[in-house]
Amino acid sequence: MIGKPISRVDGPEKVTGQAKYAAEFNVPDLTYGVVVSSTITKGTITRIDTSKALALDGVLEVFTHKNRPKTAWFDMSYKDQDSPPGSPFRPLHNDQVKYNGQPIALVVAETFEVARYAATLVEIDYDPEPCETDLLKHLHEARDPKSGVANLFKPLPPKPRGDSAAAYANAPVSMSARYIHGMQHHNPMEMFATTVEYGRNGHLTIYDKTQGATNSQLYVTQAFNLSFDQVRVISPYVGGGFGSGLRPQYQLFLAVMAARALERSVRVSLTRQQMWSFGHRPATVQNIRLAANADGTLAAVEHEAIAETSQFEDYTETVVNWTGKLYDCANSTLSYKVKSLDMYSPLDMRAPGGVTGVHAIECAIDELAYNAGIDPLDFRFKNYSEKDWTEKDKPFSSKELRACFTQGAERFGWSNRTPEPRSMRRGHTLIGWGMATGIWDANQVPARAEAVLTVNGKLRVSSATADIGTGTYTIMTQIAAELLGMPLENVIFRLGDTDMPLAPIQGGSWTAATVGSAVKVTCEALAKKLFKLARKMPGSPLASADFTDVFFANSHIRLRRDPSVAVPLQAIVDQNGGRAISETGTSLPNMLKQKDYSRSAHAAAFVEVEVDEDFGTVVVTRAVSAVAAGRILNPKTARSQIIGGMVWGISSALQEESVMDHRYGRYMNQNLAEYHIPVCADVRDLDVIFVEEVDDIVNPLGVKGVGEVGLVAMPAAIANAVFHATGKRIHDLPIQLDRLL
Amino acid sequence: MNPFAYSRPASLADTVNELAGSSRSRIIAGGTNLIDLMKENVERPAQLIDINRLPFSTIDELPDGGLRLGALVTNADTAYHPLVEQRYPLLSQTILAGASPQLRNMATNGGNLFQRTRCYYFYDTSMPCNKRAATNNGPGGCAAYGGYNRIHAILGTTDDTNGQSSCVATYPSDMAVALTALDAVVQVTGPNGDRSIPMADFHRLPGAEPWRDNTTQPGEVVTAIDLPTRGFPDHYTYIKVRDRSSYAFALVSVAVGLEMDGDVVRDARIALGGVAHKPWRKSEAEQLLIGKTLSPETIRPVADALLAGARGYGHNDFKIELAHRAIIRAVLKSGLDNGAVE
Ligand SMILES: Cc1cc2nc3c(=O)[nH]c(=O)nc-3n(C[C@H](O)[C@H](O)[C@H](O)COP(=O)(O)OP(=O)(O)OC[C@H]3O[C@@H](n4cnc5c(N)ncnc54)[C@H](O)[C@@H]3O)c2cc1C
Ligand code: SF4
Repeated sequence: MIGKPISRVDGPEKVTGQAKYAAEFNVPDLTYGVVVSSTITKGTITRIDTSKALALDGVLEVFTHKNRPKTAWFDMSYKDQDSPPGSPFRPLHNDQVKYNGQPIALVVAETFEVARYAATLVEIDYDPEPCETDLLKHLHEARDPKSGVANLFKPLPPKPRGDSAAAYANAPVSMSARYIHGMQHHNPMEMFATTVEYGRNGHLTIYDKTQGATNSQLYVTQAFNLSFDQVRVISPYVGGGFGSGLRPQYQLFLAVMAARALERSVRVSLTRQQMWSFGHRPATVQNIRLAANADGTLAAVEHEAIAETSQFEDYTETVVNWTGKLYDCANSTLSYKVKSLDMYSPLDMRAPGGVTGVHAIECAIDELAYNAGIDPLDFRFKNYSEKDWTEKDKPFSSKELRACFTQGAERFGWSNRTPEPRSMRRGHTLIGWGMATGIWDANQVPARAEAVLTVNGKLRVSSATADIGTGTYTIMTQIAAELLGMPLENVIFRLGDTDMPLAPIQGGSWTAATVGSAVKVTCEALAKKLFKLARKMPGSPLASADFTDVFFANSHIRLRRDPSVAVPLQAIVDQNGGRAISETGTSLPNMLKQKDYSRSAHAAAFVEVEVDEDFGTVVVTRAVSAVAAGRILNPKTARSQIIGGMVWGISSALQEESVMDHRYGRYMNQNLAEYHIPVCADVRDLDVIFVEEVDDIVNPLGVKGVGEVGLVAMPAAIANAVFHATGKRIHDLPIQLDRLL
Repeated sequence: MNPFAYSRPASLADTVNELAGSSRSRIIAGGTNLIDLMKENVERPAQLIDINRLPFSTIDELPDGGLRLGALVTNADTAYHPLVEQRYPLLSQTILAGASPQLRNMATNGGNLFQRTRCYYFYDTSMPCNKRAATNNGPGGCAAYGGYNRIHAILGTTDDTNGQSSCVATYPSDMAVALTALDAVVQVTGPNGDRSIPMADFHRLPGAEPWRDNTTQPGEVVTAIDLPTRGFPDHYTYIKVRDRSSYAFALVSVAVGLEMDGDVVRDARIALGGVAHKPWRKSEAEQLLIGKTLSPETIRPVADALLAGARGYGHNDFKIELAHRAIIRAVLKSGLDNGAVE
């Protein structure tokens, strides 16, 4: 089962509309909350008049900072599993406005329509203060970020080594450039929503859009001072997350607050416009200086990043460390700084930091290769790192990047490239080929799972993880089916419920490794238990066998020497007095094994673009991504992840940006008509290669996760292709047509 | 979104009466623009008058050889109608360059004429906007002037240095650009009876009244759009330059129809979209082409004349050069091959 291209097990539910999302759980006597958002960026609310709204028939309450119920006192209580260092934002906390779009009132009514209308009748006066939101204006004020637990998985840069400035000055070949990235918003298809079912004795069943039911539960219990058994969070389906659901968003807080105050069930859903009112991929400015020796080996690497954060938290991401992992240069300086601005805290967005930093360094490497007169691919072979100096010179647990380069280049036809810019054209169309490297972490964290052999001989496995559309349901089903030798249709995997065994938030491409390992140990434990029971059955043909003598296949435990000697799994449950047989398990990363290695997935992207010479429009006509991500559990769902990542790469490189008018601190393109992401016509020929990679260090399954690595290489490969087509180095993203006119 | 009444009048006369009765009544046709604006609280009608049952859903031949496009025919049905494809392929291709198949299936010809600007500030009721402020909805001023104006106009704008009476918005339709090039005529019925408005006069520049998009009067309903006989089926092109391959409004677009005598231009129509508060045409520019053979050199003065007086506002400066290039490409292309859409 493992390694087979199984179609999504949740596919039929999704395409037939059976799959329910947070705003689709209809509970009796539901009320509806609509959020009123601030229209200024910074200042004080001087008057808030809710009388007109309250006068409407059907309006139950309008919550503001003035009348909100008391919630937890300490900052700490508002922290969640993904909180950066600082003081988390608290909805309706007081009269202070800290960012544009901040929730300042919640109108709750008997119907959604009345609530929405009433929300327009809430009158607010502000005393506005000048706001600062433009990172480019404040670069000189950048500072070191506060560090915290978040940096465990998002390390800050290591200390410099060697003397990069001197090496840069003395080397024969060099380049230097500045790269500017704008803001982006995740914009999953499903808007954020929470349905709170208010039960007996105030018990809350919460249907939440989240990438971690356990995270939402933790947050609610702390913020509202409740015990875990009073709060159950359910989130079986997530209509896309991309990181936006890594933290509980304010609609959760508001829905719970209202439900408790009114002792009613409440649903709060955000609008598409309000999807711009919390976390984003931060604007980042990077400066890079590279130098090479005459033979094309790197002599100096300097990579500096300055990113924005909010006034209340130090959100950080790993932007520059990738450079050190990819290029082992003796004279290297990596630095990362932040600047607090009047905005909401940024939030991890698919390949956070990676897509930003790797775009810059991989464009810089391309430029340096050109300056050195070396083919960009050869240049990367020449400067291939065998160890990771950012992690104390550890070797890689596995690194088949070379194979990615070779196989990707072969499939793409890289050897037919003419290196000269503007050397490939067709009429008005300039053709360019570019390539770049991608890299992403291969982490594993602790998780738990439960496996049950039910009375009717089916296997039910569960863990409180999420499936944000990545295929978690499917691969976990495969793992369980394989380990217990059962057909897929007899195996059911369930997730997204805090009544299930604990799992962390789904992010960082670690779910396959993390939850997969938990499912593995749990199913193995269940297998042992079943074997013991089978042996004890009266007249058991396995009575004298050891566990190592048997294997699980076709829903039987069979003797290796003679597979016809077997006990059906159904017989074991029958024998168990008709009771189900269950086992729980915990998987912990094997630190002893992992600690001496740097662990990453790698990729290489090769891209062809067509650029209209007169209009500057760019189309990615074809792209090949070769990916080394350990063992591929399901080539079909994995390929979808990589293709999705590649489309994100096209988006980042050419189209996507949240535009803010810094005079107001307000986003101007807060809808999907004006916030551009690729449409079908922009997505042409995308090809994926999975390179063979064996890794028994990363985790027991040997998997590395494919959710993010497919995106990382694409923007630079596209920008490099645009250079090859036009001779223009466009350092800032997105590369909209006016930059090429 | 506010509560509203809904009616579905049985006749045109009733529609006109209801519409003229209140300044807060709005016609709803396909709803693809109006509903969005209502959700954003930009439009807050007290009454929606659904005209979808009125008899304007056909495309008919006119006695003079032209074609009458009913106001309620969808954009998709218009673009794929055999007579439109045959005689007015420029219109077909232009419509198909707009929006998405789903939207074109809902959007009507009448509604398309009335679609409002995509100016970001117009859509955000907390932002200063002279176009919106006239309906007592949000602060006055023009945030786009001096703000983020990448998609804004370069021709025929109203601008003053403090933005108090400015409007630099564009009218975003594709279809109307072809209709303008084709000299279409809009048929309207209102409290004072019927009248015909040539496309060139239908939309207006912002002038001192940026809140008025067009020259219709309160209570007037568009019933049809008439296409004259000449459809330039042999030499035409619509070029639409935009930020992605589909489902994006034009940054600049050019509709061209030519009549050629061998290599020589006998008649020319050139209309621009995405550059002004209305589709942009200048007959004196078109005259410059007549009697010429086509080459970048002969077209350049035409582009210069069309774009005379163009100015950018920062983010949209590039549109001037882009429009120039697009005009040259579109005219050349129309003369060379029968202009497939780009
Ligand atoms: C995401 C998106 C992308 C789009 N992209 C494009 C594009 O690329 N190019 C393009 O050209 N268009 C584009 N459109 C706009 C689309 O073409 C228009 O929304 C559509 O044509 C409007 O037609 P409708 O019938 O839906 O109008 P409605 O929304 O029903 O009405 C619009 C307005 O017209 C008035 N009205 C309607 N019919 C009449 C009538 N017969 N007489 C008088 N008044 C009337 C209504 O009162 C209303 O004020 C896009 C729209 C969206 C939402
Ligand atoms: S350009 Fe026109 S529509 Fe846009 S903000 Fe200015 S006045 Fe309003």
